[in-house]
Amino acid sequence: MRQRLSRIGLPYLLLLPALVMELLIHLVPMVVGIVMSFKQLTQFFIRNWSEAPWAGLGNYRMAVDFNAPVGQSLLHSFWVTCSFTVLVVGLSWLIGASAAIMMQDSFRGRGLLRAAFLLPYALPVYAAVITWSFMFQRDTGLVNHILHDQLHLTSDKPFWLIGDNSFSALVTVAVWRSWPFAFLTLTAGLQNIPRELYEAAAMDGAGIWQQIRRITLPSLRPVSQVLVLVLFLWSFNDFNTPYVLFGKSAPPAADLISIHIYQSSFVTWNFGSGSAMSVLLLLFLMLATAVYLFATSRRRGADD
Amino acid sequence: MINPPASFRWTRRIFLLVLAVFTLVPVLVMLSSSLKPLQDVQGPFRWIPSTLTFRPYVDIWKTVPLGRYFVNSLIVAGGATVCSVVIAILAAYAVSRYRFKGRRVFTVTVLSTQMFPGILFLLPLFIIFVNVGDSTGIALYGSRGGLILTYLTFSLPFSIWMLVGYFDSIPRDLDEAALVDGCGPIGALVRIIIPAAIPGIVAVAVYAFMTAWGEVLFASVMTNDTTRTLAVGLQGYATQTDVYWNQVMAASLVVSVPVVAGFLLLQRYLVAGLTAGAVK
Repeated sequence: MRQRLSRIGLPYLLLLPALVMELLIHLVPMVVGIVMSFKQLTQFFIRNWSEAPWAGLGNYRMAVDFNAPVGQSLLHSFWVTCSFTVLVVGLSWLIGASAAIMMQDSFRGRGLLRAAFLLPYALPVYAAVITWSFMFQRDTGLVNHILHDQLHLTSDKPFWLIGDNSFSALVTVAVWRSWPFAFLTLTAGLQNIPRELYEAAAMDGAGIWQQIRRITLPSLRPVSQVLVLVLFLWSFNDFNTPYVLFGKSAPPAADLISIHIYQSSFVTWNFGSGSAMSVLLLLFLMLATAVYLFATSRRRGADD
Repeated sequence: MINPPASFRWTRRIFLLVLAVFTLVPVLVMLSSSLKPLQDVQGPFRWIPSTLTFRPYVDIWKTVPLGRYFVNSLIVAGGATVCSVVIAILAAYAVSRYRFKGRRVFTVTVLSTQMFPGILFLLPLFIIFVNVGDSTGIALYGSRGGLILTYLTFSLPFSIWMLVGYFDSIPRDLDEAALVDGCGPIGALVRIIIPAAIPGIVAVAVYAFMTAWGEVLFASVMTNDTTRTLAVGLQGYATQTDVYWNQVMAASLVVSVPVVAGFLLLQRYLVAGLTAGAVK
């Protein structure tokens, strides 16, 4: 009897440490965060948060009141994040897929090139992004040196880290960081394609582009479905890239949602409204993920 | 692909060349600028240093307490890695070898925490750490221990997932034979499963270390002067008026070496583990 009990209990005992950690660092803070979003949690209550007065839906009302400054800037940041995400996910997938397809056949130096392509993924974010911010400096950076001094493409040296150009700079760095992951995943996906498939297609007279379009791309679809979702969540939540690239204050053109919430929380020390914005962000991500999973699984069902 | 025509081969060459340049330019900038005297990085950009100097590599340790940040990062990332790997091994063993109620719920819940935005935990965790410190005297806010606790959970979901895949690929007969021979379940784990899954465990450890070594958001809020990690410390080379870019580049290179070396050495295992899930 005792032995049976311990056999049933054992898997739970093994899971216990993982469960406790997940509870402590993820689930409890999430619940606390939701509670906080209904409170008037300003700097006076940081050390004594249970005494903060309730705000009802006040924080949410403020966040989505798009006629007032707070709501307006949140909405702006949301749109910036959306366009950033679409660009980064799209370009990362495109570059990753092209590189994966073109490196399918072995050639001299392929291993070395592959290792080089993985470098952006391996480098610590802050070291890599700080290098980019040096390259984007107006007077001493590499980008203006090439564009202005060598190619004479611009009449004046543009600013890259303030103003409207900061959006392109941010997208460039983010794509640089995330395409290797797409490349990695898609390369793995390509390995499942049997070579006979290509041989048969070539025998039937299919050219290289037809082979890619008819064989390679369709067989990448299942991998891409997961990959796009992962890239979407990463890009939408990206904090590190803008934070290191721009320092404490991101320019409005590159005001991603995570950094927006961070700044409005720690500048005003109003954690209540920051939490409300975080909860709204989570709701949006859950909704987007659900819609995406629903759409892709239905599509998959229709294909079968 | 069969008999690619010359046009495809040329497209391929040019595309891969451009991509290699795009990928490697920052690394080359980092390397060349870390060997420049200060005046080289204060004027227009140049590829080749006017005089080759290793001064930045000496100065980085004096301009900011980089040594202390380095030690802090090592303690935090090392601690988080060890804890995360041990916890992940136990959990993955349970999920891989036992059928129990809540098995699916557990995996789905743990994996879905991966999708939550870090900013969502940051504010409450900050409040919790501060308040726990005030009421019990356990210093979590501003301590390396608090950061280790936080970081180990960041790599945990993915580590468990990767290890379940590895453990599943080890034939069950092996550990069942060990059980018959009188090993307990833990004995079977330690003597059979862990030795057989070493590549997977190493990959998970590298992943956990990289995650903790590179984290910025929590490090910027949860540390103070004595516990500051590299992620935040590297910004110290910028003063009000000047940025010592040559030193920034030297420091960036120095802090990248441990993780990049580990990654490139263990690339094969890590890549297999990272992509296994997506392909499944």
